[in-house]
Amino acid sequence: METVTLTIKNQPNLYLEADNITPDAFAGKKANEIADLYVYVGREQYRLGDFFEVSGNAGATPEETKIVVNGDLSRVKYIGMKMTGGEVVVNGNADMYVGAWMQGGKLTVNGNVDAFAGTGMKGGAIVINGNAGNYLGAAYRGDWRGMQGGKITVTGNAGSDLGTFMNGGEIVVGGDVDVHVATHAEGGKIIIKGNAKSRLGGQMVEGEIYVLGDIDVMMPGFAYREDVDVDMDGIKGRFALYEGDLGERHRKRKGQLIYAKLYQQIRA
Amino acid sequence: MAEYLIKNGFVFDPVLGIKGDVADIAIKDGKIVETSAVKNPKVVDASGKTVMAGGVDVHAHVAGPKVNIGRNFRPEDKLFTYKPKSGIERMQGGFSVPTTLRTGYNYARMGYTTVMEAAMPPLYARHTHEEMRDTPILDQGAYPVFGNNWFVLEYLKNHEIENTAAYIAWLLRATKGYAVKVVNPGGTEAWGWGLNCENVNDPVPYFDITPAQIVKGLIEANEYLGLPHSMHVHANNLGNPGNYTTTLDTFKLSEGIKPNSKFGRDQVMHHTHVQFHSYGGDNWGNMESKAKDIMDYVNSHDNITIDMGQVTLDETTTMTADGPFEHHLTELNHLKWANADVELETGSGVVPYVYSPSIKVCAIQWCIGLELGLLSKDPMRTFISTDHPNAGPFIRYPRVIKWLMSQEAREQQLDAFKHKDKVIDATNLAGIDREIDLYEIAQMTRAGPAKALGLAHMYGGLAPGLEGDVVVYDFNPNEPYAPDDIEKAFQNAEYLFKTGVQIINDREIVSNGNKRTLWVNAKVNENPQVMRDVKEKFLRYYTVTLNNYEVTGHYLSNPYVIEVDATQ
Repeated sequence: METVTLTIKNQPNLYLEADNITPDAFAGKKANEIADLYVYVGREQYRLGDFFEVSGNAGATPEETKIVVNGDLSRVKYIGMKMTGGEVVVNGNADMYVGAWMQGGKLTVNGNVDAFAGTGMKGGAIVINGNAGNYLGAAYRGDWRGMQGGKITVTGNAGSDLGTFMNGGEIVVGGDVDVHVATHAEGGKIIIKGNAKSRLGGQMVEGEIYVLGDIDVMMPGFAYREDVDVDMDGIKGRFALYEGDLGERHRKRKGQLIYAKLYQQIRA
Repeated sequence: MAEYLIKNGFVFDPVLGIKGDVADIAIKDGKIVETSAVKNPKVVDASGKTVMAGGVDVHAHVAGPKVNIGRNFRPEDKLFTYKPKSGIERMQGGFSVPTTLRTGYNYARMGYTTVMEAAMPPLYARHTHEEMRDTPILDQGAYPVFGNNWFVLEYLKNHEIENTAAYIAWLLRATKGYAVKVVNPGGTEAWGWGLNCENVNDPVPYFDITPAQIVKGLIEANEYLGLPHSMHVHANNLGNPGNYTTTLDTFKLSEGIKPNSKFGRDQVMHHTHVQFHSYGGDNWGNMESKAKDIMDYVNSHDNITIDMGQVTLDETTTMTADGPFEHHLTELNHLKWANADVELETGSGVVPYVYSPSIKVCAIQWCIGLELGLLSKDPMRTFISTDHPNAGPFIRYPRVIKWLMSQEAREQQLDAFKHKDKVIDATNLAGIDREIDLYEIAQMTRAGPAKALGLAHMYGGLAPGLEGDVVVYDFNPNEPYAPDDIEKAFQNAEYLFKTGVQIINDREIVSNGNKRTLWVNAKVNENPQVMRDVKEKFLRYYTVTLNNYEVTGHYLSNPYVIEVDATQ
């Protein structure tokens, strides 16, 4: 695997739309060609090299390409957008849409990310060693096709509207989450190791939510069913199982309605 | 104005009866002229290419409040489709509900120069005209909807044709409308009660009238006035298995009525997006094509024209004044739904829809649309449309043309369907080997729609005196070609002239043209009763006054009035 290192040298006055920072766009290119890839600031087009020091050449394919981005990237959007393979490591805080519509490969952020990370994600893995903003693993505005596959892991906290319209894949949050979890979801799995506030599973059709900490307010559309034992991915214990959203449509399997499931750990 | 001479192209023109012969077309002062009339023209070399008149779209939803609801509630339709300003083109975006600018540019690229907005809620006519004003290049008109209007329901309950006609004349003038549109007659009004009208004899709640009375009465009022276009109907029961009987019942309402129009049309009813109205069976499992029954009727009745409403197998945005239908659709596909009620006049709904080749019903719908075109014995009465954006976006017209012109292209698509065998069983398409030729395409996309609109004196042909609307496609019908070559050529006109102004040069848009808005001013005898009714309804029921209703002044920047005298 070849490694390309980008180090930010000039901060943009507005925000930098850098959807070309992907193994797919870099593959087969030398450092100087990578520096020539376009980025947008507002409606003005610039070169990637106008903002970043570029060193190292990319591999022949996305799978053989690793990108390391260093510095304060809190004004840089769309890092790893639509990537299909290879690896991206971000050392610093990044702005919105990190790994949006990602299809494969691995994306690691050693820092915090702003909203819409993993929007519409189809595959691959995102690891955020820090906090995530709102709309993590959600759908694009208006779209009903949210996260379809892959895995997002956040070691810190996540904001509101986590996993909106989620259809598949998995999101694990090490810390706490804000309001609105898995709204409109029709599949997938969300694990919250810390506390949740309210509105979990609103209009949720199918899928699973696990909460290991407290839930401030349970949705009235979720009904308690029974206590169950859970032993999964290192999570072990007794959980209260709720089903919902009772106000939403649900498909039937073998005559039985299938609900979304919400598990909350019971602490002794 | 500049003079142009388009030389040596293969010309296809139903008006002059030219079927691909090499000919020269001259343009001067905005009109087509004899080639001897141009002295020092700019010469366009069209040798080896196809030359036609500018395309005319009889039915598309391209401007107005429900189109804008579609734009507003589908940001995902614009995702990754934005194109920054370049040259004369301003920034544009959107796929199934494009911005006004993209609408103008993309129609021009396909060689279309006239596009009719198919459903204008009168109360929001100002908005509709604002959007048309912002749509460059194209000549446009808009059809106000009448089929659920309280005035119309009350007059026609007692068969008051003269009053209905006076009201139509008043509303066309107030909204600067072009024709009488009817959508799910009575059904959208019934939707206010949570009901619908599913056949032509279903009573409309409260008003005590049936869809049959509404349709027949509006045809009679339309002919009383002698409007350029006929009554333009989207019948009851759209999109339901077994609905072809409702469609035939609706067709029959035109029987025995002759056109009364000095504008040269032969029909008294235009039935739109007939694909959605040609279903047999009684559920989605046994739904089948009844295109043959439908076309047997259309072929043997000269006073009807239709457009196809071809499904293009895309993700799109459905939108119609048929409010109950959109509710039905959102219950089927569980996607987001917008609904609007327009006071005394109409309603509407909007729902995204994905026509997937893996879904049997979508594949059957695709077959039915093409069957309508291929079973037509008179291409002058059968027009290409996708009911944009309902069955697919208008930018797919070139693909529809490809399917009509090439059996090979149809077979490729049939083979790609997941449920191919079931689809073939439920339709007639696999057994049809007809390939429509370019002359017939010119009938279905130019001469036919222009004539049906009562605009044959302006559009649809290349005879001297007609508007200088001419397109050159990079397509040589005398050389061997692959089906996709048809689509590519019709997607990207090489040259385009609109009212004598060059819009496209070498596939690049070079002018925003001089867009006009067509409307019909029908003069009728003074009718104090109707004027009193209008005044009273505005006082009692409308949320606006008459002064805030009429389309005047800056809402109408470049109007083109068609005068009709119905005083008797």
